[in-house]
Amino acid sequence: MSVVWISAAIMLVAAAAITVFRLLAGPGTLDRLVALDTIVAVTMCGIGTWAAYSLDTTATYSLTALALITFVGSVSVARFRVRDTDREPPQ
Amino acid sequence: MNVFDVVSGALVLFGSALALTAAIGVVRFPDTLTRMHSASKPQVLGLLLVLTGAALRLRGQADVGMLILAGLFTLITAPVVANRVGQLAYREQSFRDDLLIRNELDDNGAN
Repeated sequence: MSVVWISAAIMLVAAAAITVFRLLAGPGTLDRLVALDTIVAVTMCGIGTWAAYSLDTTATYSLTALALITFVGSVSVARFRVRDTDREPPQ
Repeated sequence: MNVFDVVSGALVLFGSALALTAAIGVVRFPDTLTRMHSASKPQVLGLLLVLTGAALRLRGQADVGMLILAGLFTLITAPVVANRVGQLAYREQSFRDDLLIRNELDDNGAN
């Protein structure tokens, strides 16, 4: 059974690490916002996996907090961000 | 190790695999709209699978309610964020015209 948890953890860590590339490189603000949303979703998956592995429910409250706070954050960025200038449409 | 634990492990594993494929898609896809398409997989389906797996493992404990709440809030809020970001990306031409089969917003002139 521990093989399952270890491979789930490896896949989640790899997913977060790969997404950081788009967060740093993404040509526009919206790309970075999408990457940040993905990282938070992967984090939530990680917390859920930790709760399933350890049978410890201490961290499950933060899942609800993260679900609500990322909503506020993403909508605020989409509403109040400064529009990207001087960039070409994607090739 | 009973059948609930096996099903829970399978669900968590499948959700993590979805997260990994979505991360690869976010890095590899060419424009913002396709990246949004890829990013929404761990946001909704992957998270729900992992939460279902965790709820199966934690069955009977009171904190399962928090898992259900987290899944519910994600289901409610994800479409709103996708709508706002998608509309902004469309307005700023942050997509490739040659990848669109049909541009329905342009057809209606409701740009």
